[in-house]
Amino acid sequence: MIVERWINWVTLLAFMVVPLWALVTDEPFTITLATRAAILALAAVGLNIALGIGGLVSLGHAAFFGLGGYAMGILAFHAQNYTPLELGPFTTEGTKSMPVIWLTAIIAAALAGLIIGLLSLRTAGVYFIMITLAFGQMFFYFAISWSAYGGEDGLSIYVRNGFPGLNTLVPIQFFGICFVALCLSLYVHWRLRSSPFGLALNAARQVPQRVETVGLNPYRLKLVAFVISAAITGLAGALFADLNRFVSPAMFSWQLSGELIVLIIIGGVGRLMGPVIGAAIFVALEHWLGGLTDFWHIWLGVILLLIVLFGRGGVVGLLTGKAGPHV
Amino acid sequence: MSLLRLANLTAAYGPVPALFGVDLEMASGEVLALMGRNGMGKSTTVKTICRMIPSAGELSFNDNDLHSLQSHQVARLGIGLVPEGRRCFRDLTVRENLTAAARSGQWTVKTVGDLFPRLEERAGQRAASLSGGEQQMLAIGRALMTNPKLLIFDEATEGLAPIVRQEIWAAITRIKKDTGVSIILIDKSLKELRQVADRAVILARGKTVWAGSMHDLNAETSAQYIGV
Repeated sequence: MIVERWINWVTLLAFMVVPLWALVTDEPFTITLATRAAILALAAVGLNIALGIGGLVSLGHAAFFGLGGYAMGILAFHAQNYTPLELGPFTTEGTKSMPVIWLTAIIAAALAGLIIGLLSLRTAGVYFIMITLAFGQMFFYFAISWSAYGGEDGLSIYVRNGFPGLNTLVPIQFFGICFVALCLSLYVHWRLRSSPFGLALNAARQVPQRVETVGLNPYRLKLVAFVISAAITGLAGALFADLNRFVSPAMFSWQLSGELIVLIIIGGVGRLMGPVIGAAIFVALEHWLGGLTDFWHIWLGVILLLIVLFGRGGVVGLLTGKAGPHV
Repeated sequence: MSLLRLANLTAAYGPVPALFGVDLEMASGEVLALMGRNGMGKSTTVKTICRMIPSAGELSFNDNDLHSLQSHQVARLGIGLVPEGRRCFRDLTVRENLTAAARSGQWTVKTVGDLFPRLEERAGQRAASLSGGEQQMLAIGRALMTNPKLLIFDEATEGLAPIVRQEIWAAITRIKKDTGVSIILIDKSLKELRQVADRAVILARGKTVWAGSMHDLNAETSAQYIGV
């Protein structure tokens, strides 16, 4: 436990130091890489609440990531083109304000999480995986056919959205925003995990029927976790879209859902810092190995294989010598 | 007024019928021994009360028809279960197991710790690393944390060392004395049941065949239906 605590602090410190070092040595691209890792980590922290604590293997979390991305894309698109966005009786001119976009992304993803969760959590195991995958694909194909917002080609946003008091075009400042969001999500995960709700959710993952005999409704517990998880992943989607200033149906793809799961497995399922370490390794491999060969995913596959076979607690499990709760 | 009432209760595991007419009635504060040979429907009756399997007939608790409720709603009404086979939440610590089940009332992590000092000593230890007896204590503590009006012990001392069994029986006696909670006991130890229970209901082939005061349970009846 003490070792894991150290790992957690060192990981967070490293996440802070690398971009600062890149700032000093004038390497803005490294800051962008760190920002990408922070955003992917944020999405995976969201998924880790459902997967790590609740045991919900969702292959549809890209739906929430994409919804967050499109919330940003649509609002910013209307703001930059000065065209009104009509939402039934309401009309808005869109916005370039990050806080408003984040709130929209969180609400949209949480609502989608609620609807998807209400239906999919009635199933378990492989059926749950398949239903979440199906929902994800529904969003993916809808985005492809949504020509008003770029369809298959996606949507470009020319200028990054703004945050009061900051210049978000400066890489280190945008990294700061993403890093704070990541820290907040980690805090939410940490508090949730040790709260009576988190303990009950963890118990529901282990023995659902016994949880009922102590008066807890496993369906409701999992639904709440799924919605919180979706909301965090939606926020990550909005930040990711702002990082790239581009949204496309790829944000909804099932490959992205799979990658989020891979990040968590590499770092350690159910571990606080598992998604963060997993995302850092993923982005590092993507950058370094991707520069050497187009087939870098093969090496990622080898790492995943080794972890699943020999280190099922992920990197955190290997470092602490404890496999963790999901082995 | 009766706290729990089962009348002509029938239940089945899918297409296989298991209960054919269980009648049982108990008052508030009463301790009832549910007895019978193996496979006669004792645990099935408990599962039926806790709404783990579908049933027909009368099934009410505090004048609430349990048939319209789900398992977790039954528990919230005040029926606590110490299940057969313990089934603690293995990945959680002792304290976390208790906290996960906690509802407001006289039973808290502290009072459960007073009842089972061994649990207090191992509060930070994972349930999976506890001995069988300690896991049983944890299962009882977890059920108590729901602050039930009726507590059901399904084979709570089965497979435990004699010294641990003594501890469990002492705890049950203390729960009875200190809290006045109603208790249903399923156990094979007739001697201990006689000391703790007020009344007995005997099941045979999924039906109630005898009900009465524990004092009225004579050797002939127990030999005929229980085999001891």
